[in-house]
Amino acid sequence: MKSNIRDVGDTRIIELGGKITIGTGDVRIRELISQALDDSKKDILFDLGDVTAIDSSGIGEMVACYTTVTKRGGQLKLMHLSPKINDILQVTQLITVFEVFDDEREALGSF
Amino acid sequence: MGTGNGRAESRPERRHRLKTPLIEVAILSPLMNAHAQLRANLVLASRFENIEVAERALVDLCRRAGCADDEEYWLVTALREAVANAVRHGNQQDPDRCVRVAYTISNSTVTIRVEDEGHGFDPADIPDPTDPENLLRPSGRGIFYMRQFMNRVDFGSTAAGGTAVVMVKDLASNDKDHPGV
Repeated sequence: MKSNIRDVGDTRIIELGGKITIGTGDVRIRELISQALDDSKKDILFDLGDVTAIDSSGIGEMVACYTTVTKRGGQLKLMHLSPKINDILQVTQLITVFEVFDDEREALGSF
Repeated sequence: MGTGNGRAESRPERRHRLKTPLIEVAILSPLMNAHAQLRANLVLASRFENIEVAERALVDLCRRAGCADDEEYWLVTALREAVANAVRHGNQQDPDRCVRVAYTISNSTVTIRVEDEGHGFDPADIPDPTDPENLLRPSGRGIFYMRQFMNRVDFGSTAAGGTAVVMVKDLASNDKDHPGV
C-alpha cells in the first residue's frame, strides 16, 4: 500500500493507494491515524482514489480509525471512492457511517 | 513457486520445505482437459503474504477462462477473505500448518475450496455485521463479503477437523451492477 500525507489548514489529507489488506495496509492506516493524532490533527480525510482493493481487515481498520478519531473529538471522512470500493462499503452498510465526498474542496469545507 | 505435475509430494519433504522460504509449496498445474475444465491446486504455508500467491493463481485461471474484469475482481475479493480466515483464524498464523486451495472453472462456474488445519468453527456464531449494533465492530465482515460476492458459500470440516469452505460463482449470472448477486 502507498500513502502520502498533506495538511490543508487544520485538516490532514491521507492519500492511500494500492491494496488496503490484511497484514500490511490495515496496519499502515492505523499508524497514519496515530501519527495524525500525535500531530494534533483531528480532522482527517482519507483520499481513496488510488486504492485498488480493500478487504475486511482494511475495512475493519478504517472503522476502528473512525471510532478512535471520533472519541478524540475529531472527524474521519472519505473521498474519491472508486465504484468497487463504494460497493464494498454499501454491502456492509458502512456507507451510512462515513461521510463520503467526490470533491476535495467540498470535503474540506465540511469539517 | 514451481509448477508440478499435480502429484502430491511426500509429507516429510513438504514439511521440510515449509520451514524455509517465503512461499513454501505451490503446486500449480492449470490444465484444460477434455471437458473444458480448468483446475489448479495450491498448498501454502500460513502467512498473509501467501494470499497474494493464491490471488495470482486465480487471476491466471480467470484470464485463461475469459472471465470479465468485474467477475475476476469479486472472485479475488472472496478468495482473499477465505484464505485470510484460514491463515488467521484456522491455522493461527502457524507457518507449519498448510492452507490448501483448489480451483475449478467448468461450464462457466468457478468453484474454490479452501481448507485449513485448524479446529473448525460454526459460521452461525458470526454476528450479522450489518446489524446496527455491529456496524462499528472492527471485525466480522469476511464471511459476509464472501457470501455477497459468490453465489454459494458452504462451510464443512476436513477429515482432520479443520475448516473447508467451498465457494461457487456462476459466471453467467454475474451482474455488474450488483456484485455477487
